[in-house]
Amino acid sequence: MNSAAITAQPIASPHAHGGNSVTRTMFRVQMALVPATLYGFWLFGWPSFFLWLLTILSCLGFEALALKMMGVTRIKRTLFDGSALLTGWLLAMTLPPWAPWWVAVVGGFIAIVIGKQVFGGVGQNVFNPAMVARVALLVSFPVPLTMWVSPLPLTSLAAPDFIDGLRIFLTSLPQPDAMASASLLGHAKTELSRGIDLFHSLAGEHAPALSWIGARSGSLGESASLLILAGGIYLIGVGIISWHTPAAVLAGLAIPAAIGHAVDPGHYLSVSAHMLSGAAMLGAFFIATDYVTSPNTPAGQIVFGLGVGFMTWVIRTWGGYPEGMAFAVLLMNALTPVIDRFIKPRILGRDRKGKPLDIPESKGA
Amino acid sequence: MGFMNLFKTFLGNHWGVHPADHKRPASEQAVQRLPLAPRLHLMLSQHVGAPARPVVLVGQKVLKGELIATAQGNISAPLHAPTSGVITAIGEITAPHTSGLPAMAISLDADGEDRWLEVERPADPYSLAPDDIAARVAAAGVVGLGGATFPSSVKLNLGRRSSIDTLIINGSECEPYLSCDDRLMRDRAAEIVSGIRLMLIATGARVAKVGIEDNKPEAIAAMCEAAARWDEVVVVVVPARYPMGSDRQLIVELTGREVPSDARAADVGVIVHNVGTAYAVQQAVCLGRPLVSRLITINGKAAVAPGNYEVPLGTLVCDLIAFTGGTQGEVAKVVMGGPMMGAVLPQTRVPVVKGTSGILLLDAGEAAAFEPEACIRCSSCVKACPMGLLPLEMSAHIRNDDLDGAVDLGLADCIACGCCAYVCPSHIPLVQYFYHAKGDLQARQRDQLRSESTKKLALARQGRMEREAREKAEAAARRKAERAAQQAAAAVAPNKTGEIA
Repeated sequence: MNSAAITAQPIASPHAHGGNSVTRTMFRVQMALVPATLYGFWLFGWPSFFLWLLTILSCLGFEALALKMMGVTRIKRTLFDGSALLTGWLLAMTLPPWAPWWVAVVGGFIAIVIGKQVFGGVGQNVFNPAMVARVALLVSFPVPLTMWVSPLPLTSLAAPDFIDGLRIFLTSLPQPDAMASASLLGHAKTELSRGIDLFHSLAGEHAPALSWIGARSGSLGESASLLILAGGIYLIGVGIISWHTPAAVLAGLAIPAAIGHAVDPGHYLSVSAHMLSGAAMLGAFFIATDYVTSPNTPAGQIVFGLGVGFMTWVIRTWGGYPEGMAFAVLLMNALTPVIDRFIKPRILGRDRKGKPLDIPESKGA
Repeated sequence: MGFMNLFKTFLGNHWGVHPADHKRPASEQAVQRLPLAPRLHLMLSQHVGAPARPVVLVGQKVLKGELIATAQGNISAPLHAPTSGVITAIGEITAPHTSGLPAMAISLDADGEDRWLEVERPADPYSLAPDDIAARVAAAGVVGLGGATFPSSVKLNLGRRSSIDTLIINGSECEPYLSCDDRLMRDRAAEIVSGIRLMLIATGARVAKVGIEDNKPEAIAAMCEAAARWDEVVVVVVPARYPMGSDRQLIVELTGREVPSDARAADVGVIVHNVGTAYAVQQAVCLGRPLVSRLITINGKAAVAPGNYEVPLGTLVCDLIAFTGGTQGEVAKVVMGGPMMGAVLPQTRVPVVKGTSGILLLDAGEAAAFEPEACIRCSSCVKACPMGLLPLEMSAHIRNDDLDGAVDLGLADCIACGCCAYVCPSHIPLVQYFYHAKGDLQARQRDQLRSESTKKLALARQGRMEREAREKAEAAARRKAERAAQQAAAAVAPNKTGEIA
């Protein structure tokens, strides 16, 4: 296409617009995250707030830097379309709430620069930037990335106040043992590897509880499954995402989990444990539904979602890491172009292969 | 119904968009007649097919309805004088097109009498032969008034040739802002129904289904009442959804049949005509009146008096705007047609044509111009596309100059309805891309044809040269042989004489 056709003010129809915009879409996704995030702040206190804030600021900062280095003229506009902010927000939701400050900075760099801008910026990346950062951090710094704390609601006496929170956040001192805790998936995996089956490990005194309201250790995004679910349903309701991907992710995770648990409850966690643990809900409604890195068609989204769910279960069950959502999403991201190539909508008047339909012999006579 | 809709929502079968229709209050105003403009300009090409050929001379006096240009070729339509007066010019004027390029037109100065040409009227139009009806429709210059402007008689004849069982009358008027069809159905339902009956006779179809969107209850009531006496005319209420009025979508909605992408509606036993066309057919056949005027919607926030107006063809858009009270505030865009598929007019000194359904005077708020951003692959366009295409992929291929890639994805099936660009959160001018690519594709096909014919000519020339060379060589050989024979004869002759001697 010649340059004039791109740069000229469009004159072709339509002369009306539905009013949707990138900024509005991103804003709605952020609104859907607000309840779970606020609840997470209440559960994990000031350090989690600082982590959230710095992750977002770091994403915005690296985005601005990358845009400037690439010579983009409309930095402000691109910067505030909400996409970098959302990436930071989602990344913060998957980090341990008391992770130190440098995790936020390094995470922001990986997400924006390596995960997104090197591919050409918004809309061009192959992998979900937040998940790229999360996996890179987990692989590079396994210790701080698996330091979970027990919920310590802001209202409780033991909760760190603003200054203490800042100190925890900035100094990354080792946390007191009493507060450290394993997530349910981590606990189950560790015990299983020691040869203790789930009947005993989950019945133990220190076993993490399973809770719909999320009063248990974990990241911001996995604590309040119910609020995440509510946010996801809101997004489906306003038409930002379709039901296909989340339903397929949850089905892809629940079906093998149900079969495994029915066959051998001693070694395979139950459906509810899978659903309410890790980033299952966040992944299904907010991560796997990322526009850029998921397929275009409803059928493609179902294939993609089933893949994410199933891979998550496989990694959780047999993999080296207790949680597999991030890996599963990245693996399926890589398959997205292939899915899009093979699954296309049927064109009206053509069959699935793209050949024109046959002209009927008798016309209903 | 509610359950089915819910089911469809879950299945993802929800093509199209639901734009705010902006039809009221313009649709509530009774149709008004405008004062006659002093000079009318009739474009020779205001239909699909070959332009009409003028049959009048400059200075000639004509009556209203008199033939001024005749159809040329199989697919074409004649033109008639929209009022009585004098032909003042036959030449180029600015065409009502986004390009602003000139095209041929006949200019006519009105004499103010507006006197009709006397014509004979059939005593009983419904007893006419199908051929006769189609011929009268052709002679009246009736073309598809929904905007496609395809000569109606061609479609009527096609109907008889390819055994049509269903005639679909398009009263959906899915474009926002426009209400001329709505108004026509409310005010002239009886005439439309009699036009439909004539078209049934002409096509040989057994049943006519009139599809009207559910956002036009008054039109539905009027049409139901007018059609109540005739079993073969059925009014079907269809959901208001853009582009319901696109023929392929309407055919699926009303008959469940899907037109193959390389075929025409007639191939599945269906023919689609607009309600405005049905009205024009009735006027042509029953009253002998050719198509010389039409209903036009004036709408938009910058219009002083939004409403529907009976406008003689050839009236300048600027006159039309002036007659309807002019403009208010700043006009950001003048659009001929609807906001989804209409064309921007760079200037208003252009005449109204048979396919003009509306003139929209959009203010800055309505015609908001956005700067395109990067595609975020949200696939809103995929959901909206009524043809099942992948607009985001097609535009990516076009941006990279990969025309073949876009064609493989179904560029040729795109109906340019604008749903994709309407929903795009990044404000990417997708339809502009597709127009551009279709233009390139046409140019390429033209080039291909040209190079093929050049090749054919070159081959023919080569063949001719070879043949000529061969003939020359043969002639030379013949001459040589003759000469040799002569010489031999000459050589023998003395001997012979010698021998004799």
